[in-house]
Amino acid sequence: MNEDTVIQTRGLTKYFGAKPAVYDLNLSVPRGCVFAFLGRNGSGKTTTIRMLMGLLAPTRGTGTVLGRDIRALTPETRARIGYLTEEHPLYGWMKVRECGEFQSRFYPRWNNQVYRGVVGHFGLKPEARARDLSRGERAGLCLALTLAPEPELLVLDDPGLGLDPVARRALVESMIFLTRKSDRTIFFSSHQLSDVERVADYLAVFDRSVLRACCPVERFRERVRQVRLRFAGPPPSMPNLPGLLQTVRLENELRVTLVAHNGEAEQALRGLNPREMETMPLSLEDAFISYLGERGEKTFIWSELEAQR
Amino acid sequence: MAITFHINPGSNTPIYQQITEQVRLAVAGGSLRVGDQLPSVRALAEELVVNPNTVARAYGDLIQAGLLESRSGRGVFITPKRKVYSREEGWRRLEPLLDSLIGEAMVLDFTPEEVRAALEEKLRQWKPAKGNKINHE
Repeated sequence: MNEDTVIQTRGLTKYFGAKPAVYDLNLSVPRGCVFAFLGRNGSGKTTTIRMLMGLLAPTRGTGTVLGRDIRALTPETRARIGYLTEEHPLYGWMKVRECGEFQSRFYPRWNNQVYRGVVGHFGLKPEARARDLSRGERAGLCLALTLAPEPELLVLDDPGLGLDPVARRALVESMIFLTRKSDRTIFFSSHQLSDVERVADYLAVFDRSVLRACCPVERFRERVRQVRLRFAGPPPSMPNLPGLLQTVRLENELRVTLVAHNGEAEQALRGLNPREMETMPLSLEDAFISYLGERGEKTFIWSELEAQR
Repeated sequence: MAITFHINPGSNTPIYQQITEQVRLAVAGGSLRVGDQLPSVRALAEELVVNPNTVARAYGDLIQAGLLESRSGRGVFITPKRKVYSREEGWRRLEPLLDSLIGEAMVLDFTPEEVRAALEEKLRQWKPAKGNKINHE
């Protein structure tokens, strides 16, 4: 266990019946980073987070959070973690102010300035009842309750879900604000690729229970590329390339999306003798969609490509 | 100093590159001059609502390119060295603009002579911002 790693798993696996929800997950989250956990609905993100938080026993494999075994997290360790669930559970009869007062009694390191700051940032009135809040306001209140104990590790399960653009921006601003303290780690799952692009240092891509990429956000963008090849006549048939994601055939053109990992694929493409060959940058969202899309081959896993280098 | 950054996440250009581009353009166009100070990494990150490491990477690239310098404890400043792009890179950027200019002119039924004359006239009128002449080494 490395001091600079806040979350680490080895072969973490969870079966529900005969079906794996999370399969053989090896994950390592460095201290002080903002880590985005991506994947389609039902790909195993929430199951993973629940195992990491000690709420669900793994079928096999091991994991540590803040250096402690996830099967035996002590109250002391839990107090150093801020965990925001998708559901935003609140006592409806409590006022915003009372929610903070109630929660603060459980945390010796409670910072009321942070609580009031986040509540104010989301435009919440201290005397409003929790049950009368909108979805975005509830999210803001839950975020304030999660941030005020000043956790070392913040785990947010799809915090942007159902938020309007204003509330989502307030959420992202709060996350940026949190990075002022360089030893704070944020681990969050999300479907909002533009938010991920704003805040995240690293991303992990989960696909049907398996981790398929885990790297700095910029590396993901640099590696997933679209190459356009133009030909004088109809394009030749595509050879089988390592890392091929998608091929679109047009009249005189091939559009190939691939994971570039060592110039091998580019060399093979050049071997098709195109008249012109151009590499186009992709947005993070397009790269992500190509990576998980239904077309193309995707039997490979990123780490396997890395290992071939 | 006058630079207002506009960040567009979700575009094909990574955010750090959008920042470096905008600094380069401001320097080339004269709105940022030698000695002008840029916001701190933290301040710009919070203004643009982006990860501070992204701003740090952009500044790092610009420092390496010789456009910015970091004065310890005081911040980052535009350096006297004026070469913003290599000749090759400059041409790579200019060519598509020329293509679209000519394409548009042809669609609008201008003759090559008219385009040439208009370009000459514009070049005569153009006075680069003082002290911002790009020297090509």
